[in-house]
Amino acid sequence: MIRTHEYDAVIVGAGGAGLRAALEAGKRCKTAVVSKLYPTRSHTGAAQGGMCAALANVEEDSWEWHAFDTVKGGDFLADQDAVDVMCQEAVTSVLELERMGLPFNRTPDGKIDQRRFGGHTRNHGEAAVKRACYAADRTGHMILQTLYQQCNKEGVEFFSEFFVLDLLLADGVCGGIVAYEIATGDLHVFRAKSVLFATGGYGKMFKITSNAHTLTGDGPGVVFRRGLPLEDMEFFQFHPTGLYGLGILLSEAARGEGAILRNADGERFMERYAPTIKDLAPRDMVSRAEFFEIKEGRGAGPNKDYILLDLTDVDPEVVETKLPDITEFSRTYLDIDPLKEGVPIVPTAHYAMGGIPTNIDAAVLADHTGTIVPGFYAAGECACVSVHGANRLGTNSLLDIVVFGRRGGLAMAEYANSHKLPAVPDEPARHVQDWLSGLFEGGGPEFPAHVRTRLQTVMMDKASVVRTEDSLGEALVEVQALRRRYDDCRVRDRSKVYNTEITEHIELGYLIDMAEALVVAARARTESRGGHYREDHQMREDDHWLKHSFITKTADGDTKLAYKDVVMGRYVPVERKY
Amino acid sequence: MTGEDMELTTREIDVRLRVLRFDPEKDTEAHFEDYTVRAQPMERLLDCLHKIKWYADTSLALRRSCAHGICGSDAMVINGENALACKVLVKDLKQPITVEPIRGLPVMKDLIVDMDPFFQGYLAVKPWLITDPKEREPDRERLQSQTDRARYDDTTKCILCAACTTSCPIFWADEEYVGPAAIVNAHRFIFDSRDRGGRERLEILSQKDGAFKCRTAFNCTYACPRGIKVTKAIQEVKQAALFKSF
Ligand SMILES: Cc1cc2nc3c(=O)[nH]c(=O)nc-3n(C[C@H](O)[C@H](O)[C@H](O)COP(=O)(O)OP(=O)(O)OC[C@H]3O[C@@H](n4cnc5c(N)ncnc54)[C@H](O)[C@@H]3O)c2cc1C
Ligand code: SF4
Ligand code: FES
Repeated sequence: MIRTHEYDAVIVGAGGAGLRAALEAGKRCKTAVVSKLYPTRSHTGAAQGGMCAALANVEEDSWEWHAFDTVKGGDFLADQDAVDVMCQEAVTSVLELERMGLPFNRTPDGKIDQRRFGGHTRNHGEAAVKRACYAADRTGHMILQTLYQQCNKEGVEFFSEFFVLDLLLADGVCGGIVAYEIATGDLHVFRAKSVLFATGGYGKMFKITSNAHTLTGDGPGVVFRRGLPLEDMEFFQFHPTGLYGLGILLSEAARGEGAILRNADGERFMERYAPTIKDLAPRDMVSRAEFFEIKEGRGAGPNKDYILLDLTDVDPEVVETKLPDITEFSRTYLDIDPLKEGVPIVPTAHYAMGGIPTNIDAAVLADHTGTIVPGFYAAGECACVSVHGANRLGTNSLLDIVVFGRRGGLAMAEYANSHKLPAVPDEPARHVQDWLSGLFEGGGPEFPAHVRTRLQTVMMDKASVVRTEDSLGEALVEVQALRRRYDDCRVRDRSKVYNTEITEHIELGYLIDMAEALVVAARARTESRGGHYREDHQMREDDHWLKHSFITKTADGDTKLAYKDVVMGRYVPVERKY
Repeated sequence: MTGEDMELTTREIDVRLRVLRFDPEKDTEAHFEDYTVRAQPMERLLDCLHKIKWYADTSLALRRSCAHGICGSDAMVINGENALACKVLVKDLKQPITVEPIRGLPVMKDLIVDMDPFFQGYLAVKPWLITDPKEREPDRERLQSQTDRARYDDTTKCILCAACTTSCPIFWADEEYVGPAAIVNAHRFIFDSRDRGGRERLEILSQKDGAFKCRTAFNCTYACPRGIKVTKAIQEVKQAALFKSF
């Protein structure tokens, strides 16, 4: 069955970015939020450490220092106009969340408390600064809950457990989406004057990740298949402290509160890699340091394959009150008490810097020259503004989702209120209908889970913290072979009610798209910058590579790359030392 | 970890499970099905359910997302008690491990229940900060002392997983009862020094389907995967309703 709905604004995704957009759009025009998960299940809820803003509640600070750190942390690939917007609006964004009721931790005089986080410094790198606002180690949980509470207060309309599968475009203008209702198997066409994608990341393409099972790049996948570009896909962040074997995140806040990384010899090895800020160096540098410690035989444990996060010198009171969740994760999942012994950790796939290209008002770009797709917006981790450049600083994503979610919500409402409902293609759901019915055919006896496991292993081994031309070439061949195996898999379960085999099957398809785009873009970039490290091209090459990649899928299923210059500003590239 | 610990955790063993299945398109009644999967003792029950779904019976329906106890998707009745499938490990479960959907909410399919009644109970207590329109909004943050902030800390941890509400015998018998989770979320605001909606919420909770239905069975507190002292929070709300003190 196909149902049709009409809205002014439709937001896809109910994490921090989607909900923040919904709050603005909902006040101004008829708005619906369509999400494959119940809003409070979104992975924003997993964010731990904090959201930064130069409030200067605890130490002297300025938004300009924050902007400098963001640009330098991003290895000079971030667009500096966008970074300025984000760091300036950070302050009001945090204060706004507080007034919505977010329970931030407080200073002794009752203000929002702040703590240190990797890469955030005073006066252009002098020393670490306390800039991260936080609610214990569940800041993301509190942001998600607070925004959901406010959306309910404002009466925002939700379509939960609706899986979005297609974007409706007619003559290049966005006119809505097509969604699959998981509870019934029905298709829904949502016609809208403006659409905003806020579908989150795609870390599930890697074996070890802090990302949820549902973070599969659906939004960017839909966009890519519609022939629109994705930006900076080669940049994926590996966080230095994922629980060994599992990837569950232990927040950088642990190191912010004084925890230390040690190798098998008990050495504080970060002193060698980043003499000034040591364990609080940006994530790409710390993850790489861990990789080389392990590779050179200094890993801890019987197989010498992990690093130890040592919290034993941190005041137990601080550990229990400011880091309760991560303490519990390590007790629950590894049976290790961080108060007594080092916690085994490894780099874990964490954050997608790349995604759907947008301008600073969250409008989606149709190409590398800056043409806009009318009526189409994106915000949050699925988007690339780009404020994070080649490597995101900790606490800058919660900030990004709130700042650009808000801007996107405002822009889409303004657009909707000044435009008519656009035309959509005839039989708008036809493409999805044909696609879904085709999923039950197909010959192979293979379970798609085998394909997924293999994909995750290949991406982890050949396209993660350290890459080479050879490793990426092999990855590409493997990913393309996996796509053929995937195409041959069929969906066994034909039921309509909660057919979660279908949704998982489709998610895997998007993951393969994301993996291919990542590998192709990474292979082309013959330099090292931020999260993209090439052992065969170890230097940053500003003469050639101060530019964003734009990858598109061509009609014959191949991919094509184009490039767009970075927007520069006050800061000229310098060597990144900490 | 020593080599021996590692050996213990990485050795695979047979894990037997009994899962309550119900397909509304085929079955008139739910029935148990037995499965055996290979898993390490340190793996989560969720990993075992995935092994069934991914390699044995792909039609098994369950909700999950984060896999580390933070999104609230996968509350189930596991060996008779409510818990998150991603937060209990194989080594801690007696076999065969029985897995059933949470009780008191309509079963849609297998381990998936209709969560709408649960969220309606939550919404009934107006779970959002209520301010006095006559008070001027500050330009900066509202101040809150560390003691005032600590007053409601415990109940801010709630992930709306429904483990508490669906372990409550009063809720099983009477689906109109707002249930523990709703009261926990009311508590989070009633005891927040910045909130002005305490009276409104306490009026709602003093009505017949409100907090006084609670008979302090403590099931909710045992069930809560976030370690929230649910019964204590309910008691505090009742006290506040009686003495209008909060
Ligand atoms: C463990 C962890 C800790 C983190 N800690 C921090 C931190 O301390 N500070 C910080 O700044 N950042 C942190 N981050 C990063 C940050 O949390 C995320 O980047 C951010 O929350 C992403 O928000 P989002 O709104 O873009 O997406 P999400 O919150 O992931 O939401 C995505 C939404 O899209 C919906 N969706 C997806 N696909 C579809 C589809 N096909 N159809 C319909 N709906 C769909 C989902 O249902 C969901 O509602 C952390 C990340 C992780 C994983
Ligand atoms: S109080 Fe605990 S058990 Fe109840 S819904 Fe919240 S987190 Fe779940
Ligand atoms: S899957 Fe998120 S709580 Fe278990």
